Formats: sequence, C-alpha cells, structure tokens
Amino acid sequence: MKSFQGQSLSWELQDGVVELALHREPCNEIGSTTLADLEKFASVLDGVKDEARAVIVYSALESGFCAGADLRELYQRSQNMDHGDAIKGVRDFLERIHHVMNVIDASPLTTIAAVHGVTFGGGFELALVCDLIIADKMARFCFPELRLGLIPGFGGIPRLKRDLGNGVVRDLLLTGRSFNATKAQQVGLVSQVVAEGESLRVARATAAQLKKFDRRTSAAAKKFIKPIPREELRREIDLFCELFAQPAVEAGLRKFVETTEAQPYLP
Amino acid sequence: MRTPDQTLGEILTLAATHFKVPRGKLTPDDDFFKTLGIDSLQTLDLLTRLEHHFNVELPDYELQGVSDFRTLADKIQARL
Repeated sequence: MKSFQGQSLSWELQDGVVELALHREPCNEIGSTTLADLEKFASVLDGVKDEARAVIVYSALESGFCAGADLRELYQRSQNMDHGDAIKGVRDFLERIHHVMNVIDASPLTTIAAVHGVTFGGGFELALVCDLIIADKMARFCFPELRLGLIPGFGGIPRLKRDLGNGVVRDLLLTGRSFNATKAQQVGLVSQVVAEGESLRVARATAAQLKKFDRRTSAAAKKFIKPIPREELRREIDLFCELFAQPAVEAGLRKFVETTEAQPYLP
Repeated sequence: MRTPDQTLGEILTLAATHFKVPRGKLTPDDDFFKTLGIDSLQTLDLLTRLEHHFNVELPDYELQGVSDFRTLADKIQARL
C-alpha cells in the first residue's frame, strides 16, 4: 500500500521515501486509535522495503511531535474494569506497541524522526526507535512517567540506554525533567538541530542523501550498529505492569486527568 | 553579565513578543499563566525560548510553583 489515511496518522510512499505523519489532536497522544493505525503501518513496512529507502516520522500538528501515551484513555478504561482486567489490558496494549516499535526499529530502511515541540513519554520512545533524530530547536524531550508512579513503557529505557550514557538516562528517568534540542544534541540523542519549522525539510534532504548508498550495505550497517535489546524490553513490560498494579498509579492518573492547571506536563 | 533588572526586562520583552501581548501590559509580578493566557504546552515553549535566549539550562522542577515573571527572572539569573 503506497498511501494510507487513518484517524490518527497517514503515510505516503513517494520517490523512495515513506513519510509517516502523525495528526491526532491535541498532541498525537498514543491510545488505541493510534496503536491500531501504527499496527497497520508496521504490517506494510516490510512490503515496501524494495521500493523505499527511508522512512520519515513527523507530526503534522503545530503542538509538537507527540505528548506520549493517551493517559485519559488509560485512566477511563481502567475505571470501567476490575483491577485484574485493567492490568491485563495494559499488558496487551504494551505487547502490541512493543511489536510495532520493534518492527520499525528493525526495519532495513533508514528511519528518521523529524521532531518539534513536545516529544514526551511515548512520543520520545517513538523517536528513539528511529535511526536518526532531527530536532527543531524548539523540541523538548522528557520521560515524565515517574511522577505517575510508572516507568516509560514503550521501550524507552532500553533504547535510551542503547544510545546514551547511563548517567544521562538516570537524569532523565529519575528526575522526570525535560531538556531542549541543544542539550539533546550535546548528550548524543539528536544528530542534527535545525531552525524552527525546518526539521521536516532537513529530514527530507537527509533521506535524499542516504538514498545514494547501496541498500544492502545500509541495512547491514544498521543491523550491526543497532541491536534490539529484546530481553530488556521484555523485562520493561513486566516491570511496568507490576508498577501499574500499585494504588499510587491510579491516584496519579486521576490527578493528571482532572487537573486544570497550566503545568500538567511539568514534573 | 546581565543585572537582575536586565534579565527581567528581557523576559518580559520575549514573552510579550512571542505571545503577542503589548509589552506595557506585562509587569514583573504578573501571573504569567494568566497574563499571557498560556496552556501547559505553551509554557514549555516559553521555557525552551528562555533557555535559548539566555543560553542556560532550566530543569523544569526548579520552576515548579513559579508563576510570576520576577521569580522566573531570579531563577534564570542564578544560572547566568
């Protein structure tokens, strides 16, 4: 399939590049709708590997790249089921999103996340599966999960650890702070920082450059340098579900959902 | 080295320019959430702009509970 228009995202294959655009208001929160669309994307990715050379993931929304998991949906769903079923539902969601993330991570195509604005939680984790992150100077990265009593659940910690020094991982994870694109480049998370509104243009130029190389060599290089930390990813799902069972999580989610303050994204 | 008053003035000018509020309407003790009418995402946008402008790093947790320009300026001044 060369193009797709879903409720939360769309993609198009043109001139050897697949562009995946996120467009779910308010800031591409990842809930069941986005997951279903991402699963469709993952299911066709292998089928376009001979026609495409690169994938660009970006947000079509001005508000940012992605604010992470849809916590409102998570909270509302968990309110309508008993505790055991809620945990089972969370595990099922995590298994599915991990499958999608692993497919994108392992794709022989070179993947580029072109990010701007809020790149938080699950959005940060989506960017981390990509081979390159090109960031608008106004991009901001954060793992705010600990303030809810959780850890990142979409593969964030193992992938961040794969890419960065453990000290930076601990700072991001344990303080829940955010940092900007310049800092992200300093620590090695982002490969290019560009002016406001320029990340997609630069990602396209980067994709055009990498198309010049032999596809098998590019795929082999990627496979060599970017192993998928499968064992740690499995343990992450188990730990997330264990933590999700704690009463503090429900209280944290309720606070997030009910707050009207202008600072809900600030830990 | 900027003086605290210069830092405060630059914050007010930056906020007024970016959020399209008349500079004269902003005072140091304003609650910037209310005066600028900004939501959480715009607050992060302001934080990032201030970091770039002053070339400092502002961990969000240091700004927890900060809502007026004067205190915000103090936090930035401490990192200049």
